[in-house]
Amino acid sequence: MSDKETMLVQKISDGTVIDHVSAGKSLSVLRLLSNPQNRGVTVALVMNVGSSKMGRKDIVKMEGVELTDEQVQKLALIAPLATVVTIRSFRVTQKKNAVPPKVVTGILNCTSTTCISVKEKESVQSIFSLAGSSPLSYKCKFCGRILSEQEISAQLG
Amino acid sequence: MSRDAWSGKDVLSILDFSRQDLEQLFAVADDFVERPDSVEKSLSDRIVATAFFEPSTRTRLSFSTAAIKLGAKVIDLSPEASSVMKGESLPDTIRMLESYSDLIVMRHPSEGAALLASEVGRVPIVNGGDGSQHHPSQAMLDLFTIKRLKGRIDGLRYAVLGDVRYARSATSFLYGLSKYSPRVVYLVSPEGLRIKSEVKATLDGFNLETQQVEDIEKVLDKVDVVYMTRIQKERFPDPNEYERVKGSYKITKSTLANAKDAIVMHPLPRTGELAYDVDSLPNAAYMEQARMGVPVRMALLHLVLGDRKR
Ligand SMILES: [Zn+2]
Repeated sequence: MSDKETMLVQKISDGTVIDHVSAGKSLSVLRLLSNPQNRGVTVALVMNVGSSKMGRKDIVKMEGVELTDEQVQKLALIAPLATVVTIRSFRVTQKKNAVPPKVVTGILNCTSTTCISVKEKESVQSIFSLAGSSPLSYKCKFCGRILSEQEISAQLG
Repeated sequence: MSRDAWSGKDVLSILDFSRQDLEQLFAVADDFVERPDSVEKSLSDRIVATAFFEPSTRTRLSFSTAAIKLGAKVIDLSPEASSVMKGESLPDTIRMLESYSDLIVMRHPSEGAALLASEVGRVPIVNGGDGSQHHPSQAMLDLFTIKRLKGRIDGLRYAVLGDVRYARSATSFLYGLSKYSPRVVYLVSPEGLRIKSEVKATLDGFNLETQQVEDIEKVLDKVDVVYMTRIQKERFPDPNEYERVKGSYKITKSTLANAKDAIVMHPLPRTGELAYDVDSLPNAAYMEQARMGVPVRMALLHLVLGDRKR
């Protein structure tokens, strides 16, 4: 982050900064990462700031929270370009790029109304496998239906 | 002969089988056709369950007949009378059925139902048709019929006519052809019934090229096999759309006037798209196709269950 950006939000001592979130997607990122453990943590959002790489981007800061590998993978579904920075005692200890998971279980919904994963929603978890990474697309294991990047974002937003 | 590809396996999609596996099936089926009196009761003491969550007469009866001819007993779940109608989940129904049987033949209106059943159950699942894509035993008997009548599957010119979008027999037939090297495959269907993009992508992955044409009359003199399908009302989201296209793509004796020695195939039942005056022509292959249903399904059941260790 540039100095200008850091001015927008106070530095955090321990926690996570998610940079290069697609503009407008930071609230979806928060929703996707929310779980009972991080209820009540301090969160800061920076929305629609200029980025040399992306034009416009969002930034998410979460205090006292570190993301698991699984969460970083999930994050890639709505913010495929995101960088996840782990901070301990005001120092960057780790930086990783969000990588779309090969298989996504139970998060996405098939858009075919005749797919068994939709018909038997209560007894079956949806399973999608990565079909393309740029743009992102996933394929339903049960019927072969492809979800586009826009459809994925819409479902998770 | 190795039975590894078949023995104890699920039969969910023809795509899961290699050309060699299919040839193995055809060899066994040929034997059942040619020497019906010397069929070994390889399924005696076995119980085959049929579970059809969607109406079907032909497929269910031909699987039942095939199983009985191999010495198996058949039990049938009729959904209307069972807990399925009271809202039992598919996984629970499959678990119940597999405790009574050695193999389950199922049909279901939803895509992926057989795959789901195969993940729940330990006994082999044979897909008798699910959703609009997979009907492997139909595709196997279709290819077998062509092989018997034309002597080969490779190098021929095919036209797939009618509902290429919702008819699972048409999609499965194309998936089956993708294991071979047809010279050309024409798809002839009205706009609302054209091939699904995910199906096209799968065929592309197997290097099976298809050509969309508007009118069957333009290609009838250029093909060896015409594969027709019924236009299925229940597959249409909009009934008006069905009314609009149901009469198109009809084959009659006069449309076949310049068809030379092309064979006409249809998985049956027909609903007006195939005229009865075609029945007496040498082109009509659908009766032979229907007759191959039992021997091919016998071969399938024999290879899957015939010599499994008990
Ligand atoms: Zn699906």
